Order: sequence, then C-alpha cells, then structure tokens
Amino acid sequence: MYEIIVVGGGHAGCEAAYACATKKHKTLLITSNLKNIADMPCNPHIGGSAKGIVVREIDALGGIMGKIADKTHLQIKMLNSAKGPAVQSLRAQGDKIAYPEEMLKTLKELKYLDIQEGMVEDLIVENNTIKGIILEDGQKIISQAVILTTGTYLKSDILVGNTRTRQGPHGEKPSNYLSDKLKEYGFKIIRLKTGTPQRIDRKTIDFTKTKMEPGDDTYHTFSFDLSPSYKIEDQEPCYLTYTTPTTHQIIRDNLNKSSMYGALDDIKGIGPRYCPSIEDKVVRFADKERHQLFLEPESRFYDDIYLQGFSTSMPPDIQEQMVHSLPGLENAKILKYGYAIEYDALYPTQLNASLETKIISNLYTAGQINGTSGYEEAACQGLMAGINASLKIEGRDPLILKRTDAYIGVLIDDLITKGIKDPYRLLTSRAEFRLLLRSDNADLRLRKYGYEVGLINDEQINRLHQKEQAIASLQEYMKNTKIKITEDIKKQFTNNNIQIPPNGITLHQLIKRPEISMKFLNKIVNIPYPEDIQEQIEINLKYEGYIAKSYKEAEKLLKLEKKQIPENIDYDKIKNIASEARQKLKEVRPTTIAQAIRISGVNPADISILSVYLKKEYNQNE
Amino acid sequence: MNDTICAISTSQGVGAIAIIRVSGDDSVEIVNKLFRGQDLTKVASHTINYGKIIDPDDNKIIDEVLVSVMLAPKTFTRENIVEINTHGGIASTNKVLELLLTNGCRLAEPGEFTKRAFLNGRIDLLEAEGVMDLINAKTSVQRELATNQVTGRVSDLINNLRSDLVQIISNINVNIDYPEYDDVEIITNDLLIPKITNLKNRIVKILEESKNGQIIKEGIKTSIVGRPNVGKSSLLNALLEEDKAIVTDIAGTTRDIVEGQISINGIILNIIDTAGIRKTTDKVESIGVEKSLKTIDAADLIFLILNNNEPLTADIIELIDLIKKKQKEYIIIINKCDLENKLDFSKLPVDMSKIINMSIKNNEGIDNLKAKIIEIFNLNKLETQDPTYLSNSRSISILQKCLKSIEEIEKGLKENQPIDMIELDIKNIWEQLGMINGTTYEEELLDEMFSRFCLGK
Repeated sequence: MYEIIVVGGGHAGCEAAYACATKKHKTLLITSNLKNIADMPCNPHIGGSAKGIVVREIDALGGIMGKIADKTHLQIKMLNSAKGPAVQSLRAQGDKIAYPEEMLKTLKELKYLDIQEGMVEDLIVENNTIKGIILEDGQKIISQAVILTTGTYLKSDILVGNTRTRQGPHGEKPSNYLSDKLKEYGFKIIRLKTGTPQRIDRKTIDFTKTKMEPGDDTYHTFSFDLSPSYKIEDQEPCYLTYTTPTTHQIIRDNLNKSSMYGALDDIKGIGPRYCPSIEDKVVRFADKERHQLFLEPESRFYDDIYLQGFSTSMPPDIQEQMVHSLPGLENAKILKYGYAIEYDALYPTQLNASLETKIISNLYTAGQINGTSGYEEAACQGLMAGINASLKIEGRDPLILKRTDAYIGVLIDDLITKGIKDPYRLLTSRAEFRLLLRSDNADLRLRKYGYEVGLINDEQINRLHQKEQAIASLQEYMKNTKIKITEDIKKQFTNNNIQIPPNGITLHQLIKRPEISMKFLNKIVNIPYPEDIQEQIEINLKYEGYIAKSYKEAEKLLKLEKKQIPENIDYDKIKNIASEARQKLKEVRPTTIAQAIRISGVNPADISILSVYLKKEYNQNE
Repeated sequence: MNDTICAISTSQGVGAIAIIRVSGDDSVEIVNKLFRGQDLTKVASHTINYGKIIDPDDNKIIDEVLVSVMLAPKTFTRENIVEINTHGGIASTNKVLELLLTNGCRLAEPGEFTKRAFLNGRIDLLEAEGVMDLINAKTSVQRELATNQVTGRVSDLINNLRSDLVQIISNINVNIDYPEYDDVEIITNDLLIPKITNLKNRIVKILEESKNGQIIKEGIKTSIVGRPNVGKSSLLNALLEEDKAIVTDIAGTTRDIVEGQISINGIILNIIDTAGIRKTTDKVESIGVEKSLKTIDAADLIFLILNNNEPLTADIIELIDLIKKKQKEYIIIINKCDLENKLDFSKLPVDMSKIINMSIKNNEGIDNLKAKIIEIFNLNKLETQDPTYLSNSRSISILQKCLKSIEEIEKGLKENQPIDMIELDIKNIWEQLGMINGTTYEEELLDEMFSRFCLGK
C-alpha cells in the first residue's frame, strides 16, 4: 500500500517520484526496466533555448534535473550570450551513462521511495477515482494517487524503412494494453511520432574535416545550490559538419524507401514540426545546398557519437550510404541506425492545470504521454504532477504556475488550453512574458513556491532572502554612490570610447546608459557586491523600460485571469455562442476568461457573449 | 431581455423614401398600434405589408407605408425587426419616429443595431465596423469604401504589413531559439533599420490616406463664421437649396450639431454649428474671436464671410491669423459684391486664391464656391480613386499607436539595445495590427517559423 504510485522512470517519472518522496509520501516508482531510469534515448543534451530556463525553474522549485546535470555533464554553455538577458539559456551536453547512474543513486537514497520493475497494464478505478494499478502479471497495488509518465512506451512502434516493429526505443517491450484501457475509461487517445538519428563510432570519424564546438570558457551551473564541479579544460567538444550534394542525391533517389515517404502506408502519427527528418529537410527545402549536422559525444564511457540533424527512417543500407557521404564520416561505422517511433498519447485538453485528469480523480499524467517532447518538458511536468498529487492527498490546493510566473506555466497552459497537433516543444517565442521569465531570476520567481510546497528547505529559502536583501541594498548603493571624475577615471572612459560624464554622476545614472556595463563600472569603482547581485541590478536598470512594459502587459492578463468561470457552467445554456466555440469551451472548460480567450476557435464575439452571460447569471462584476 | 429601439435608418431627407427600423422583443406589437392594414402580429415572418401609419390619438393618417416584419432569429440583430418605409419627407418621417417613441420604443444610440448584432453573435468585430459604415454610408463613394472594408481590401493592406512583420519576427525568433544554426540569416540592428523605416513609411502613408477615408465617411465639417448680417444664413440656405434641408436635432448623431448637409461630388459637406456661437453672434457686435475658436477647432473647413460694403476691421485680421495658425482649410467669401466696394482687399493677409466673390442674394458665385471646395479637398481625385483606406477611427487610432511603437523601436535601435528587446516592440505592432482585423496569432507565428526555416535535429 502506497500513497502515490509513479508509473515510468523517465525524466517525468524521476522528478515526480523525487518530489513525492521528498515530501515524505510513501511512493512507489514502477519502471519496465531499472536500466532505463532517467534514460536519454534521443539527443544527449539537457537544456537549450527556453528548455535551459525550465531546468533552472525545476531547480528553483526544488526539483532534481539541474543538479544531476551539473554533476555529470560533458560540456556546458550559455546560449545567446551576445543577446539580451531574457533569451540567454544554458545547454549542457549530458552523459548518457553518468546521468542515469547519478539519478538512480539519488532516488535510491530517498527513504520514502521504493523502486520496482514491472509493466502496468490497467488501473483500479472506483467512482471515477483512482485506487491503484494492476501489473501485467495481475498483481494489484493500491494507492491514493497515480502519476502516469509512460513516455513513448504506449503501443510504441519502431519504424525503419518498410518495417514496423512493436517495441520501445531500445528494443524493449512496450505497454500494449494501457492505452486501450485509458480509451475504455473515456480518454481521447492520439498517435504521435518522433525520430532519432544514427550513433557513430567515435574512433571511425575523421574530426579534422569538421569544425570543433567547445564548451564555454566560463563556469555555469543549472542549480542555484551547487558550485561548478567540472573543469573548463576537461569539457568534451562537439563537432560540426554538413550534408553534401551527394547526400541529397542519395536521399532523393531512395525517398520511397523511407517509412515516412511511402515504404509504410499505415502511418498515423504526426511528427514534430521543429524536428523534421533529413528526408523532410531535403524535400521541403530543396534549394538549400547543405544542412548543418552536429557530432555530439554521448558519454565519457563509450564511443557513440550522436549525429544531430540526421534523423531518418530510411532502411539501414541507405543510411550507410547517406552517412558515408558526409565530410569526416567517409569511413564511419554506424553503431545504431536512425529510426522513427510512433506511440500513443493522451490529448492534453483532458487535463486540469494541476495535471490531474478531468475524468479520473487523483490520476495525474506527465511528460510525453501528454503530447510533449523533450527531457526538460517531461521533467517539469513530472515535478508539477508530483507536487500536485502530494498536495491533493494532503488536502491542500494545487500549485498552478501562471504564464507570468514561469515557462512551466506557459507549457502547461498551452497543453490544456490549446491542445496539440504535433509533439509540443517549448520555444522562447511561446512565452509572451519572456523578459520576466529569465534564466537569471528563476530563483527569485519560484523558490517561494518551492518552499511553500515543502521541496525547498529553510537554509535554501534563507539564502534567497539574503540575495533579495543584497539586491535591494545594491540598488540603494547605486543611487547614493557619486563618482568623482579623476584623471584616471577620465582615461578609462576615453580608452573605452565612452563620453566622459559630469563630476558627481551616480552609478545609477551611469549604468542606465546603453554603452556602459557593470563590468566597466567595476573598473572605475569597487562595487562591494557579488556578481549575481550586480547582474540583477544591471538587468533591472538597463532594461527598465522594456521590463516595465512587460509588467504592464502581465497585469492586463492577470486581471483577466481573475475573471473566473464557474466550474459548473452549462455552455448549452448560453444563447448565440458560435457552435465551434461552444464545442471548444465544453472540451477545454477554461477556469478563467483569460484562458477562454486563448482557446483557438473562440473569437472575441463569443467572449463578449460569455462575459455578458456570466454577469447576468452569476452577478459577476466587471 | 432587451428593450425595443428605433431609429431612422436611411439618410434623412436625401432619398425618395425613408426607412425607420425597429428592433426588440416588442417591435411588432408597438408598430401594430400605429398601423392600419393587416394585423402585423399575425402576418408571416419576412413579409412586406402595405398600409397606413396613423396617430392613435386622433386617428389622423400620417403616411402611406410598406412595413416589413422579420421575426427573430433570422434578422440582422437576431431580434424581432420591423422596418417602416415612409415617403421620405422630413416632417412625416419624423412624426412616425415620434409616434414610435411615445408608444414604447427608445431611440437607438448610434450604432446600437450593429452592437446588438455583434452581442447576439450575428457578426464579428471587423464585420461590425464595416457594416456600421455601410449602413451609415450616405454617398456612393462611402458605400464603396465600406464595402471594401467588409470584403477585405483593407484587410489586405493590413495583412501585407503583418506578413512582412511576421517574417522579421520569426527570423529573430529563429535566431533566439536556434542559436547554433549558422545558415539562418542573423537579423542585426543594422539590418533592421531599413526594414523599420519602410514599415514606418507605409503606416504613415495609410494614415495620410485614411484622412481621405474619414472625409468620405464622415464628410467635411464646415463652419460659417462672420459678423451678424453678412449673409451666413443666406449662404446656408443657398447651399441647401431649401427643400433639401435636413434638420437633425436629435442629439448624439454627431458630436456637433449639423445645420445642414450638401453633397459635392459625392462627398458630404456637413455645415456645423457649435454650441455658443449661434447665440452670441446675434447679439454681440464684434465677431467674438474667442467664441469663434470653438467653431474653428471643430471644423475641417471654414467659410469666413465678409461684407464688401464694410471696411476691414482689426478683429477680422486677427481671426484670419488664428485660422491660419490652426492650419485649417478656409475660404474667404466676400458677399454683397453687388453693393459698393468699401473693403480693402489688399489688406487681407491671405492669398487671392482663397477669396471668392459672391452675391448670395443674386445667387452669384455659388458654383465658384463649390469648385473651390472641390479643389481644396481634391474631391475629383477622391471620386475616381480606388478607396482602400482605413476609415474607422478605432483602426486609425491603432495605427497611430503602432507609429508610436515604431518610434520606440527607432530609439532602441539608436541605443543599440539587444535585438530580442526590440523584437518585443515589433511583436507588439504585429499584435496591434492583428486587432484591426481580429486575427489570432500564436499559431500563425510558429507556422511561419517552421515553414520558412529548416530547423531541428
């Protein structure tokens, strides 16, 4: 008997189990194979644009992904470092051996967590409430809440050339019955597809024909609690190469052999737009002479190199030809062929913002089963499902992050409000308040929530409060510190081609000038505050105008978020709403007017009718 | 439940017939009280019924009419609608309206029919605006403009701007989300400057042309100023040719009180009178420069009437200077040219081309005046031009906001702000423009990103 059962040991499952067990709930993690805990079946990196910010958000809330990545990665860099602070994001090259090992070790240390191998094939449901799970062998395990994080394992098919094989990413047994059972319980199930490229033997690649892509020469960590544990010079580089006209010719000549281009005629899954196969790229962008490919090491412990950008479902013999047409890979040995994978997922508008399903109480779903793709997207959902399942059995309100709080809030709101057409990936452009949702301020935004739910301890929250105080104090310091323009200081300005300011100008006035950085100010005066505090002040003051605009927009949204729609509203009773809008409203059941506006197919006229109706029926104020 | 509203739906006084529209739950019952003919509560929906409108107090016949009965929901407002076709005379039409008001109807606010159509889910926002204009169209040029708005030529104009913007935005977003891709063009501030300038020029051009759109739609607001007895009223009457005079005393139809409307080359000239000036000018000897101020501010065009038979005074010169300072269009009318010349033309601080000599009493010079108006507002060109301007003030004010955002972009570019900050303002313009034709955008942007750029693992 457990309080919470987590089904699946991928990135969502690990975070969910970690959160529940850390919150001292007796938790069981069931995985089909202990070897696949925190597995990275596709690309080896963690983070990336927008996703890197999510990893920091996970850490701020008390999740685990950032810390495991910090301890095990092969290299790390800050993306967009030349751009503004809002779009900077960390990306690490993970180690596919060390990361899962470290994760398993961390989970095993949790007193309240048991880990068990097994295949879940049905749920125990009574009165629309989850009561536990049933394993393949018929064993029943009782619990108060269940979190499904089954990834791509629901009826997964591996597609290579003209073959379709019912198996998981590493050839394991998939779950054949669970998605049918979910359908029986009334869930709408959709079919999605993704793909992965070849793994190449490092020893057979001529790297002299490629371009080296090293990690950053400054230190970074995802976690707000850890100091860097790697050495800059020990980072493993990636390499860049390109497709050639020969590659494109091979693909065009053999297109009908690709699963996706006719070799298989029963493909129902919709693939991700942002993750096209190399066949797609060559066909859709026919006038492009070449496509970039990255050679990424997967681990320090074996020789596989991941060939990013070359995802394909061609048969093995064609893949051989394709790979050998690439500069540096003429004699490369393919260790694992690329493939496409088709799998079942749950249409995500069937979820509440807490990630609890609308149909079955206390049943939560997170990760690829909700139609997302990406380790970070999965992990953050796992964390939120873990937090909310725990809060539910504690009798507390769920933690719902808003679009103005976090990328995690954007992701979940998008899923439950708009649904999906193809596997969902987070992008900077999905976050309308990206200037507020930065990598550098994830702790300032979210640690308080982590503390409230019990994943952040006193020491961590005290450190945050000290940071907030230091920021306020530096703000004052900048206003009060006047600079006497000495001859030496004058020289600093002229040497940097900056106009010499009048005597007695404050640091505050100086930093507001576009051409002056905190780094420069430190040359003329000793600012007695640590770097991360200075960074906050620099961003806040330099981009004050833009940030203020974002806050204004955010306030507008929050006002609409306050206009609640009663849970029991009957959309059939509202006259004159367009039928498409009515159907969408009934499907999504938005909780606020703001959410209703975001549903596609609900137009402004429908919103005004809905508002008028709410005012009349529920006496809501403007 | 909605109360029943009514209004004269046709342009008053112009056509051979006038239509009074009644909409609301009780519209059939109310009209039936005034109608002698078939029992309107029993006729089939969407029928036209011949009969007479009578005053129920004394049974006097007001007009011979055709009454259309259209029952909800298949009507413009999705409410019960009755339309009364009268014989178009000002007096009888106004009398019918008055009877409706005393028998349970409320006078519709401007645009209230369309508002109800919108609120009842019959039409969307852009259509609402277009239909509003179509209904209000008094001239053929207006109608064409409104039709363009409904059929989407204005939308095309806005969509072109938006599609150029979305290309810039998606390119910047691709640069942000896929920084490792070196084969996608990197949008820099330098690359952005000419694009932004181009955008600005196009918006400025639309705004300028929209002035014409507003003239077509709203007419030229014209005020007549001058000392007492110089011939202001005579000019008004001469222009209106008496029988076509329209008197709309119903407050709220326009911000200003319109004394009369004439049509020149399809453009409405609204002769306006602003509160205050009418009362005081009659009594006070001088023109009252201060009082004239209001009139001048409200007008697009000013007729300043001078008496050929009187010497020039200092306050006239002051008034002309004021009009010029306000950069208003004006015409100086020298009336009473049949009398002895006592006015020293050479002392007038204006170009001779601004002066028209008239003798209103003898009906001389009216055509010259009309020709001058056509010249000043380029009305010949307006009539032949393809009118695709934005003509409603909401859209225009959105465009003006966009122009402000462009100024902020230019400031940001000058300060060398990061491109992703500047993108926030560009996206803001794109969203604002989307509000003009009510497009939703999120998916649009993502589609653009993934269809134009080759990205991914």
